[in-house]
Amino acid sequence: MARIIVVTSGKGGVGKTTTSAAIAMGLAKKGHKTAVIDFDVGLRNLDLIMGCERRVIYDFINVINNEATLNQALIKDKRCDQLFILPASQTRDKEALTLEGVGRVLDNLSKDFKYIICDSPAGIEKGAHLAMYFADDAFVVTNPEVSSVRDSDRMLGILASKSRRAENNQEPIREYLLLSRYSPERVKLGEMLSVNDVQEILSLNLLGVVPESKSVLNASNAGIPVILDEKSDAGQAYADIVDRYLGEDRPHRFIEEEKKGLFNKLFRSK
Amino acid sequence: MSLDSAPNTAKSSVEFKSSTFSVPVLVIQSHDLSDITRKLEEKLQQAPDFFKNSPILLDVRTISEPSTKKLDLNALIKLLRDKKLFPIGLRGGNADQNNIAIKLGVSIQPTNPNHENEKNLSTEPAVTHKIDSEINSATDQTTRESSSHPEFIPATLINTPIRSGQRIYAPGDLIILSQVSAGAEIMAEGNIHVYNSLRGRALAGVLGNTQSRIFCFDLQAELISIAGNYKVNDDLDKSIQHKPVQIYLQDLALIIKEL
Repeated sequence: MARIIVVTSGKGGVGKTTTSAAIAMGLAKKGHKTAVIDFDVGLRNLDLIMGCERRVIYDFINVINNEATLNQALIKDKRCDQLFILPASQTRDKEALTLEGVGRVLDNLSKDFKYIICDSPAGIEKGAHLAMYFADDAFVVTNPEVSSVRDSDRMLGILASKSRRAENNQEPIREYLLLSRYSPERVKLGEMLSVNDVQEILSLNLLGVVPESKSVLNASNAGIPVILDEKSDAGQAYADIVDRYLGEDRPHRFIEEEKKGLFNKLFRSK
Repeated sequence: MSLDSAPNTAKSSVEFKSSTFSVPVLVIQSHDLSDITRKLEEKLQQAPDFFKNSPILLDVRTISEPSTKKLDLNALIKLLRDKKLFPIGLRGGNADQNNIAIKLGVSIQPTNPNHENEKNLSTEPAVTHKIDSEINSATDQTTRESSSHPEFIPATLINTPIRSGQRIYAPGDLIILSQVSAGAEIMAEGNIHVYNSLRGRALAGVLGNTQSRIFCFDLQAELISIAGNYKVNDDLDKSIQHKPVQIYLQDLALIIKEL
């Protein structure tokens, strides 16, 4: 049986798709057979971030409507043979998703995948609801600012009450906090909430902090999951997150401001 | 109330209504009148006002069989009346005693098999200390059965965080061990206890119970309300924010006191 992970947030633009792509690639590179599904029907992005947009033939909705088989729709990643992408349909909307259809696709995938990453759309409507409904674990992506934290809190409430696990009175979804676009400098200036502030409000297990980084935008534009940029701080942060999720002990990084010595100023380019 | 259109037939000069009340029960455990008198006087001394002119139910179920026959009910009832008590009923007497009771204007109360507990409680001291009479001031349970006493509603206990957008309603008291996030709404017909940060809205006594209170460890609430009297966060004094407080209603004003 696969472990189903939803990457969610409530708010848009916080880094859900970036995180989904990075985590999926990270797990696959560790040798776990992983599928990543784009639930953002109508606003498909995951294929761009994964760099497979020119290889899309069938999509998630085709599979739900039995117009294509799973194997026809799954796109195998060129960099890692353990990673498969199920893209969203760009020509449809979220109403094309059905509970039975999503359940059937996840059931089928569960048979021979180890991890299934569900990249949730923003909001709390049908697409987001179906992305989290079958989940075992939830990565709640939050930016260190009040509206994002509030939306994450709302999403945590939905995870606790409207998931399959909640409805069947099973063990609740495991929730992890992923703080992205973090800038210790701005926290110091009081322009951003600190890790502690966010944790106090959400009281959630911190899986990792991803620093604000140019490398994320560059990676997205190039269609390369940022975790493959091993030199970048964001890439390392995601690698730590994958390790921590798999149970390894990794001290938290990128929370404190980096000491900028002359050497760093001269040679470190970010 | 009556739908009857004829004006005079609608009103009756008497009306039977069902009502319930508590009556002290005097459990008699000996036939020795002098002993009973002594013990009774001791008890009455302790709370003279409470027992003055009080109706009382006589319970003779716990006297052992030979003693029952020896008990002089005539004398006992006279004794009680002399002490300004009004025996209104007899429970557990034999046929002769029931007859005497009725002659003296004391009604016969049926014994209820459900009251084994009560019986055990009162027999216990008789065995250990040989106390011969005891005033059992516990509420007579027979009065409770068809009663208008409010039913006991167990408190609702929650130990998971209440997230933004969630609503909790408790028909009695509400006890929350985790935080209540901003944007959450917790409501109770009784009291609200939050043993953590309260950031959302908390409404106690939503059906109008002005006696209900809100207790929390860390007050950051968006809104607090007791029986419809509310304050929003802006109205809260800085000095009590982020503090453990209790909130209650006094003369329709919300009082917030640090604990």
